[in-house]
Amino acid sequence: MIVGHLLRYVFEPGFFGSGPVHVAFAVGTVIAITSAVVGVFTVTRGQSFAGHALGDIATTGGSGAFLIGINQFWGYLAFGMGAAAFMEMIGVQRRRGRDVATGVVLGAALGLAALFLYLGTQQSSTTGASFTILFGSLFAITPSTVPALITSALLALATVVVLARVLLLSSLSPDIAAARGVPVRAVGVAFLMALAVSVALSAMIIGAVLSTALLIGPAATALRVAKGPARAAATAAGIGVAAVWLGIVLAYDSFYWPPAGRGWPVSFFVVTLVVGGYLVTYLRRGERRQAAPESADAGADTEQACSPA
Amino acid sequence: MFSGLMLNTWIAATAVAVIAGVTGFFAVLRGSTFAAHAIPNGAFAGAAGASLLGLNPFAGLAAFSVAGALGIAGLSRRARHDVATALTFVMMLAVGALFVSWSTEYAQEAYSLLFGEVFGVSTGDVLPILVLGVVSIVAITVMFRPLMLSSAMPEVAEARGIPAPRMDLAFLLVMALATSMTVPVVGALLMFSLMIGPAAAARSLTARPGLAMTVSVAIALITVWTGIVVSYHTNWPLGFFVGVMGAAFYLLGRAYAAGRRHMAVRASAATSLVRGVLTGPGPGGEYG
Amino acid sequence: MTADLLRLDGVGVRLGGRQILRDVSFTIPSGQFTGLIGPNGAGKTTLLRVILGLQPVTSGSVLLDGAPRPARDSSIGYVPQKLVIEPDMPLRVRDVVSLGIDGNKFGLRLPSRARRELVSDMLTAVGAHRYASARVGELSGGEQQRVMIAHALISKPRLLLLDEPLANLDISSEQGIVSVLARLARAEGVAVLLSAHDMNPLMPVMDHIVYVAGGRVAVGRTDEVVQPEVLSRLYGQHVDVIRVHGRILVVAAAEGAGDAEASARDASVVG
Repeated sequence: MIVGHLLRYVFEPGFFGSGPVHVAFAVGTVIAITSAVVGVFTVTRGQSFAGHALGDIATTGGSGAFLIGINQFWGYLAFGMGAAAFMEMIGVQRRRGRDVATGVVLGAALGLAALFLYLGTQQSSTTGASFTILFGSLFAITPSTVPALITSALLALATVVVLARVLLLSSLSPDIAAARGVPVRAVGVAFLMALAVSVALSAMIIGAVLSTALLIGPAATALRVAKGPARAAATAAGIGVAAVWLGIVLAYDSFYWPPAGRGWPVSFFVVTLVVGGYLVTYLRRGERRQAAPESADAGADTEQACSPA
Repeated sequence: MFSGLMLNTWIAATAVAVIAGVTGFFAVLRGSTFAAHAIPNGAFAGAAGASLLGLNPFAGLAAFSVAGALGIAGLSRRARHDVATALTFVMMLAVGALFVSWSTEYAQEAYSLLFGEVFGVSTGDVLPILVLGVVSIVAITVMFRPLMLSSAMPEVAEARGIPAPRMDLAFLLVMALATSMTVPVVGALLMFSLMIGPAAAARSLTARPGLAMTVSVAIALITVWTGIVVSYHTNWPLGFFVGVMGAAFYLLGRAYAAGRRHMAVRASAATSLVRGVLTGPGPGGEYG
Repeated sequence: MTADLLRLDGVGVRLGGRQILRDVSFTIPSGQFTGLIGPNGAGKTTLLRVILGLQPVTSGSVLLDGAPRPARDSSIGYVPQKLVIEPDMPLRVRDVVSLGIDGNKFGLRLPSRARRELVSDMLTAVGAHRYASARVGELSGGEQQRVMIAHALISKPRLLLLDEPLANLDISSEQGIVSVLARLARAEGVAVLLSAHDMNPLMPVMDHIVYVAGGRVAVGRTDEVVQPEVLSRLYGQHVDVIRVHGRILVVAAAEGAGDAEASARDASVVG
């Protein structure tokens, strides 16, 4: 009885019968899982900026495609993968240099975005499109595009899963990986491509902001609380899916909230949940950093400067 | 193109380029490229939200850019720098999205905050921009040595009593300040391109800090001035030219640096070859 | 000629316009424990990378079992110099050691009891079982070395290379690592090539020494190689070998030092 009341309170009328809601759940779940798993590797490899930049760049591609009248899907994908390839080509090995290269490519893409939007307003006045492009609309996906979206997402996910061990070994020590015959550079490129595809898709469906949030947030949280790669990936996926589901419920409910009766954006809820979840891990763990691990054997394994002879 | 109205544009744009060149030099040195993107963009979200709620957009701009700096610096103490930046960034944009959704129309102002309205700078706007610009430059000048040391050799700076987190926060706040003044002029997206492209190119050309900073400012000025001229005549957005030119300068800088390394290796190889020929084979020293 | 596991012939490496190594030749038979000793910057890391195939040679050859080394074989294990591992790296100690088995393979593999036991046994052998579930990014230097040794040994290599494993360790950790290495190497018949700038911790276990200085090497038993005449020729300057309390000090004098006092003042201990 009480549970019934509670459920009716949380889930506003029409929630479970709504078509757009079904699609939002299905697509949102797939995107959340893919982003989270890809995100674990992205964060570990220090490529968070690239992950974000590729989202903005893919969005530029979407505008371009819109401008010349072809399906936005191709624009997102082409720009995302093209930018990834370009970043890799001009890429530098040191992390800082990589971020600068990413930034420069992003700057050029943003310039293009400005141009596309300007040319777009010359054609017709569709300034409203900009908001959707930035913030996405999970509730406005055309059902016919869903199979293609889900397939692409799963392909990206599968790539990362197949590369998982090699990626971990390369992150641990690129030299060990190379000595054991791993084509480290090629693996890096393959991962970047999978990242580009995953981010392009999520940027298209849920907007560039949410794409970055679902890529980095659940992964960063999972890396703080879970040990071991499989557990970290599963935890991240769980957090991402939970944030998306809860975000959808709240966004649907918010149609009845002030101030405008139009509903609060789903991106706001999902991002707040993701960031909030991350911050909560700091409360739990407190000052864990100061505790030294139990050292095993005779003779402290403490580090000191070496003094020969 | 050099009429009275355009004069404001030239002055404002020049001031912005100088700020961007100086701030960008440190951003590139410190590896804060992501923050240089996040703070202006996040600030835009705040300004858009404020204007749509009927508040002064400048207030929203300032509030969000400072909040961004504090958020990034705060999270960076415990988390990776890029994760801290990403999470702060999306949070600001999400709140901005909320504000924008509460309004009933999509204001043209929001668009201009993103892409800039260089050609619409009024005389009244120029003075605050110049003042804030001077303040930013003064701040950087005062902090120059500790900031330089902390950016290039953090452990040495720590040993000298300059804690890295404090320098990080100070620099991010300067970037927030610079952002508040420049975003209304060139827009959020461009402030980023103007900070990174010229500074990155400068670093490829020279390693000496003073010279690199000067070159960075010079390239930023060239970029902006050329951009204004071309934009004025084609009506295409300034941002496009700034972004593309930034990338072009960066690639040129990399090519130049690679070319110089190549020549150096060949020169020293030639020297060794000559020396080897003149002195003959060295004494053998192996056993077993 | 006995079957040499590793053979270098006239290896030379030129990098960035500098001749790092010249005319390096030596062999390592199966099961031998060899120290690669020399001052910092002498080219020890370069030499190890050459053997691993990570650094191309400008002259000479490297043969493993009489043939050039194939790309993906697991006959050489490698423990690099101290790894920088972020604290959020999602790898526990047991995961790292498990990667030693098949971290270079693509695809998914299901967990198996046999693998778990293999990893467990290896961790016990190196004395790391107590922190098997700890994150690898939170270990101390000595703990990390044990884990990386386990990682390298679990694929049953015939040759184990270690790059300065004892740097940054205190004396008792040094001794712990050396004894673990010696014990395991003898037990499995693994040849060891371990680089260090101080040969003293290795004296009890080292069969042979490859001494690197000035881009060249001197090879043989320790008492043959660590002699003033040999080392002076290597360094290209006057070098003293001082034995005190069972320890060896190699002291290179500054160039042009005429009298004993000046030598003592300007001398630098190199190992």
